[in-house]
Amino acid sequence: MTEERFSFTAGAKKTLVILGIVGVVLFVLGTVLSMSGGHGHEAHGEHEETALNAQESASLLASADAQDEGSAHAEEHGEAEAHEAGHGEHHESAYWLKRIYSNLWVNNVYFTGLAIIGLFFVAVQYVAQAGWSVGFLRVSLSLANWIPIAGILMFVSWWLVRYDVFHWTHASLYGPGGDEILQGKAPLWFWPMESGSALPLFYIVRMVLFFALWYMLFVWIKKEIFAEDINGGVDHWRKTRKYSVIFLVIFGFSSSVGAWDWVMSIDPHWFSTLFGWYVFASWWINGLAVIALITVVLKQNGYLSIVNANHLHDIGKFIFGFSIFWTYVWFAQFLLQYYANMPEETVYFLQRLEVGNYTWVFYLNLILNFVLPFLLLMTRDAKRHMSLIKVVCPIIIAGHWFDFYLMITPGVMKLEGGFGFMEIGMLMIFGVAFLFVALTSLAKAPLYPKNHPFLEESLHHHI
Amino acid sequence: MQVTSSVREPLVTGGKTVHDVTEDICRQVEGKPSKSWMLGMAVSLVALLIGAYAVFMLVWEGIGVWGLNKTIGWAWDITNFVWWVGIGHAGTLISAILLLFRQKWRMSINRAAEAMTIFAVICAACFPGLHMGRLWLGFYWALPLPNTFGSLWVNFNSPLLWDVFAISTYFTVSLVFWYIGLIPDFASIRDRATNKISKMVYGTLSFGWDGAAKTWGRYEFVALILAGLATPLVLSVHTIVSFDFATSVIPGWHSTIFPPYFVAGAIFSGFAMVLTLLLIARKLLKLEDYITREHVELMNIIIIVTGGVVAIAYATEFFIGWYTGVEYENYTYMSYGAATGPYAWAFWALIICNIIIPGTLWFKQVRTNFITSFIISIVINIGMWFERFDIIVMCLSRDYLPSSWSMFYPTIYDVGVYVFTLGLFFTLFLLFSKFFPVINMAEVKSIIKSSSSKKN
Repeated sequence: MTEERFSFTAGAKKTLVILGIVGVVLFVLGTVLSMSGGHGHEAHGEHEETALNAQESASLLASADAQDEGSAHAEEHGEAEAHEAGHGEHHESAYWLKRIYSNLWVNNVYFTGLAIIGLFFVAVQYVAQAGWSVGFLRVSLSLANWIPIAGILMFVSWWLVRYDVFHWTHASLYGPGGDEILQGKAPLWFWPMESGSALPLFYIVRMVLFFALWYMLFVWIKKEIFAEDINGGVDHWRKTRKYSVIFLVIFGFSSSVGAWDWVMSIDPHWFSTLFGWYVFASWWINGLAVIALITVVLKQNGYLSIVNANHLHDIGKFIFGFSIFWTYVWFAQFLLQYYANMPEETVYFLQRLEVGNYTWVFYLNLILNFVLPFLLLMTRDAKRHMSLIKVVCPIIIAGHWFDFYLMITPGVMKLEGGFGFMEIGMLMIFGVAFLFVALTSLAKAPLYPKNHPFLEESLHHHI
Repeated sequence: MQVTSSVREPLVTGGKTVHDVTEDICRQVEGKPSKSWMLGMAVSLVALLIGAYAVFMLVWEGIGVWGLNKTIGWAWDITNFVWWVGIGHAGTLISAILLLFRQKWRMSINRAAEAMTIFAVICAACFPGLHMGRLWLGFYWALPLPNTFGSLWVNFNSPLLWDVFAISTYFTVSLVFWYIGLIPDFASIRDRATNKISKMVYGTLSFGWDGAAKTWGRYEFVALILAGLATPLVLSVHTIVSFDFATSVIPGWHSTIFPPYFVAGAIFSGFAMVLTLLLIARKLLKLEDYITREHVELMNIIIIVTGGVVAIAYATEFFIGWYTGVEYENYTYMSYGAATGPYAWAFWALIICNIIIPGTLWFKQVRTNFITSFIISIVINIGMWFERFDIIVMCLSRDYLPSSWSMFYPTIYDVGVYVFTLGLFFTLFLLFSKFFPVINMAEVKSIIKSSSSKKN
């Protein structure tokens, strides 16, 4: 086989830069609007009904929360929030700033997932000895170049956003008259420091450790994969397999703990044993959609001729199947909490269903991530045609951004979350940066591994 | 054109030809039963008869003969039910999901695994049926049939009813799938039959299969459709079994991770049972060239993966139990209280049998060795039985009221009914292995060219 190289042309870079600039403009515009628009309640003032609903749900949530919080903190939600400052604590950030923080965190988690799934997909293919996927393995691998950047972004921005995004960081919750439940959980975050310490050591160590391990395995795997191009033989393949196994074990554990730390602890009283796998399912299907979309775009630009309708069909099946899997996990979590109807659990869904700002996202989430992919990818032909992949993948990619938006925003913004130019703008900025990193690395090496022991199988893949 | 990479291990060894496959598999069906088969059958029948006595007494006297008490209303009965349903899952996974993933190594193990599924589901169904006390009324109670008992109607909100639907659908689809796969092989046996009776019996069973290209086309089409149907069914069955517990508000039962965690556990235990059966079958039926070391290793790898998923679920359960800060959570099956309480032995049996001992499969020497694989497969079967026992009995034994705390002591009828299902399972499996082709000849022949080792 001859080598094929992707060139990240000036034209493509220019398009991305323009998109990035549009993103910045939208973001600034959104920020200015949210500064002048004031708080969420006023912003929605003209919709009498929405405001009413919001008030109703505020009391609903307050009563639900009163049961699981210490009495001193029952007022946490709703309008009473401003009183928090009275505890001699950090002042609540301004509305617009808080919204930026919330948004930043959504994108941190979302793009971290995309990066790590890039590596996860490669590892799974190696461990399972899959032959069909060889043609676009490097597309997947290129996503993982974001891992170190995601790690740095998350680590740095955490200190910035913590008091607004992570309620449990407030020192006043601990000690006498504090929140009993959070006091019980405190060691998870603060150990071995004192509860409420400004340095939640255990939490931070985990974050650093996970990114370090992921990055280390990524570097090892990447090294072997590219060395195979030069040396040939099956030794590099075997070594990649070995590292992939190690990575999968680490990932199996760290993805769940990461989900608890970075997402579930935003609603610190709420819990769900399935949450780790829910986040994983969302990351995974989103990653598959991005891999498929980049592959198709590359193909349409004349690259990757070794990937044909048979390979697309298979990745289409993956997207179809794992969309259903995500829905399965979503449904399991929702149904079980809905059915048992325990206030400390249902509060999570009430915040998302009953608060007017989020109700539409709740249903949109299901439409974008289940109904549309399910119907659009049902037939055999749909999975084999690039035009349909190009329709379904963006739907899923947007859908899972909303999924993370819905996991994070209500816990941070309470009743005041919004969606507008700011959110779109920041997503575009992150997306452009991500693509820049991924495509730059993709251009550095041949597009597919010419010495891969399964390349021949992949070339003759026919279904 | 089919291409197989040189790094893949051969799946059929000994340089078999297509004709050898027919000979090797049909020999078993056509010949006289071996001594070891007779011995196995005798043991199974004894177990079945002893168990039948326990079942008879249970139906005659009522379920009071079991060791259940007011606090612990479910124990061995539902433990065994979940255990058997779980075992069934591997068969469908191999036949349906591995078919969708085009895994060639499923070819020589799918037939036996599917048979195991069907027999395991039959054994599982015994328990809810017998638990109703009056089996003959079960249809009215479990199915939404119009009846003459006034307003009596099934409870559509109950996961127990969803179970009835899920398992009966699963059973039907698995049976049809298995049977359709058998038809071409029955036809082979029919064509080779030398006496009238077997010609007639296998002739009837093969539905007049003619082996035409069009017939094969339809056969493959049906297999694909059934695989597509069976795949969501594998997930749904154990999901709904997990709902039996998770929809409740019992600490330890009410857990959102239950659905996928139960499915993973089911595949884990099912593969262990497939290994147990096939490791015996390959020796007794001389199938060493078809069920190779590679097959055993691959099955062990699936056990490692699903066992790993289950281990993460245990860790999650343990962690979230602590994280909730709810004191009742300290009495669930995955908690500090469980590890140190009166059922500590059951807790540690679970940890040792499901995590520590299967953990040795990470070593290649262990997972490619037939004897260690066999021992570990039995250990996992025991461990997965304990998992269900722990979930059910330990969580129930610590009621909300300490005055209601209780222990469960099985009676001989608890044990007896379990022995009955074990006897039933092995009797059915032995009958299958004698009269039906245990390996799908038609499918194995299709990979002889691409995945068979050449004769030395």
